[in-house]
Amino acid sequence: MSGARRRVLAVCAAALLGAGAATAASGPPRIVVGAKKFTESAVLGELMAQILEAQTGAVVERRFNLAGTQICFDGLRSGALDVYAEYTGTGLREILGNTTDGGPPGAVFALVSAAFRERFDLVWLAPFGFNNTYVLMMRPDRAAALGIGTLSDLATHPLRYGVSHEFLQRSDGMPGLRATYHLDEASAVGIEHDLAYQALADGAIDISDGYSTDAKILAFGLLTLRDDRGFFPPYEAAPLARADLFARVPLAEPALRLLAGRIDDATMRRLNYAVEGERRSPADVATEFLRQLGVSHTETVPSARPAGLLELLWQRRWITLALTVRHLWLTGVAVLGAVLVGLPLGIAVSRRPRLATLALSSAGVLQTIPSLALLAFMLPLFGIGVVPAIAALFLYGLLPILRNTVAGLRSVDPQLLEVGQGLGMRPRDLLWRVELPLAAPVVLAGIRTAAVISVGTATLAALIGAGGLGDPIVTGLTVADTNLVLSGALPAALLAVAVDAGLGGVERLATPRGLRA
Amino acid sequence: MIELEAVHKTYPDGHVALRGVSLSVERGMTLALLGPSGCGKTTTLKVINRLIAPSQGRVRIDGRDTAGVDPVSLRRGMGYVVQDAGLFPHLSALANVEIVPRLLGWSAARRAERARELFALIGLDFAALAGRYPAQLSGGQRQRVGFARALAADPPIVLLDEPFGALDPLTRRRLQDEFLALKERLRKTMVLVTHDVEEAFRLADRVAVLDDGAIAQVGTPDAVRAAPASPFVAAFVGGATPAAR
Repeated sequence: MSGARRRVLAVCAAALLGAGAATAASGPPRIVVGAKKFTESAVLGELMAQILEAQTGAVVERRFNLAGTQICFDGLRSGALDVYAEYTGTGLREILGNTTDGGPPGAVFALVSAAFRERFDLVWLAPFGFNNTYVLMMRPDRAAALGIGTLSDLATHPLRYGVSHEFLQRSDGMPGLRATYHLDEASAVGIEHDLAYQALADGAIDISDGYSTDAKILAFGLLTLRDDRGFFPPYEAAPLARADLFARVPLAEPALRLLAGRIDDATMRRLNYAVEGERRSPADVATEFLRQLGVSHTETVPSARPAGLLELLWQRRWITLALTVRHLWLTGVAVLGAVLVGLPLGIAVSRRPRLATLALSSAGVLQTIPSLALLAFMLPLFGIGVVPAIAALFLYGLLPILRNTVAGLRSVDPQLLEVGQGLGMRPRDLLWRVELPLAAPVVLAGIRTAAVISVGTATLAALIGAGGLGDPIVTGLTVADTNLVLSGALPAALLAVAVDAGLGGVERLATPRGLRA
Repeated sequence: MIELEAVHKTYPDGHVALRGVSLSVERGMTLALLGPSGCGKTTTLKVINRLIAPSQGRVRIDGRDTAGVDPVSLRRGMGYVVQDAGLFPHLSALANVEIVPRLLGWSAARRAERARELFALIGLDFAALAGRYPAQLSGGQRQRVGFARALAADPPIVLLDEPFGALDPLTRRRLQDEFLALKERLRKTMVLVTHDVEEAFRLADRVAVLDDGAIAQVGTPDAVRAAPASPFVAAFVGGATPAAR
């Protein structure tokens, strides 16, 4: 019992420290490894993290499940991240904005290497060895029957194409493909990517687009057609790092180079499948692979995630507790900040109708920004991690608190204020002795609304590296593990209910006794 | 002593509430401001404690122009009673009574002693009622607490705005009787706003009848009743008390 309690305390402390201590003053060097919110990025992130741990003695911090390229790239530039796995094609198109095809893989790599070092002081290390580009996939029996093995073979067949909506539009997708390979006979419709596999298996479509290292290619036993004219631009994955990482931790570069050229398309597909198909954690999969490579000898007990929800919840109980503490910490700081700003602001504007309208409509506009977009707006200002998440949650909390403060103060009977004034109360006395006590229930209802919104929205904070109960939700969504999603979503929902009930109690207590019905 | 000298009040929207009101209330006397609604009697009252600042003219308390006095300390020297008492609903009867002593920084012991005194003075059972909230009191009890609150710091002046307006006839009559007794005992300088002619004549030493922001007549109840200065006064005073003529 006391052991369990100690453990609870330790977990809580770790969660708070992890949230609070952004920079360690001394001790071993610290390396922050990032990953985007899909399986492959997480596996590559784990591989880099573990090899850095094994080879450099640095303390490695993982910031996984980041929402996209922009967030990772900004994180790298701002110093919130030291390294993450990026794709050369993405660097070329999305970051450099270069729309030319860039040439063969080696040429694209050379191009982004030079440009990134010069413009951003970022370093591309040698690629891992696979090219996660677009591929076209077919059922092998169907391909064999038609004698198709390459994209050139497609020209003569009137096949049914079901491709992702993005692929249908992009110049390096269907339109370019038609022109390059003369697919005059092809009929193409847009289909949700995750559904395309089943559609292929059922024979509803003949051919679809995918990524070459997608685990589902393996799971569904699909054939990928060879791009014999080199139409698709190369998307080689490689570690993208801050140049100062190698100055701070000289061993980091040789460590990361141990992975160069060691992961081909088939290997990457297998690693992805181990996570998505076999429900193993990216960490387990990375450990096992590094042992096979002989570069790390960390002993771990490979553990598949249990299939049952209850087992999973029990297995993750300490993790969930730590995430809950962190979640509460994020929302608590944000809501406290919103109270400290919203309450005085509401008091200040409540007697000035024009200012009140301005403040309320500004806060209203903030509220209408979708949560993910608001989080994204915070990134250029605060980088990634806890700070932008708290800033976004703070802005969300502002409106309900401001609105209810103004409404609460305005609901106070003006005759009472005049009587107070007539008795010789100063504005300050009126505020503290009459207005705030009478407005308290409405103000507290606003704080309660802000807190509940904040607990819900904070699940999205995982997307910008702030952690919390959103972590298992995001991971679960990427690896299509509903139970893992629930292991975050259930505690988050319970937390929202508990916060609502708790603050509801505070609200009742704060309602002046004379006003209780 | 309260003196108003040619007080005008014009609101920013152009509405003229007072047109040259001049009045005086001798120390220890009670003046009733009487008139139909909208005649300016409440405005006149609020000019005295500067809840409303006059546009022109002067208000003097014991010879001092109130324009030069901090309104907060001015008001702390005047009790203020309004219709239906205007008690703070979140405060108990006791806390309502203690509001002004608290503002004045009295010690808890002094406040408690004074509160017991006041409850006795206005005829409320301290043990039973001090802890009740306004919503738990009857209309008459609320109005008594309102009086006690106005008298808490023993101000020399008390301003009353329709203090009996929200009460049923029986309770009103009883409170008016008690008011008369208290008035004799305390000898405060009081200004009472009312639209009830009977009440004004019963309670006040002098009556000022207002018509559309101006004084129509000032005098003792007997004088006003005996010799109305204008048809308006005659109609207003006479209409309400046909039996008296």
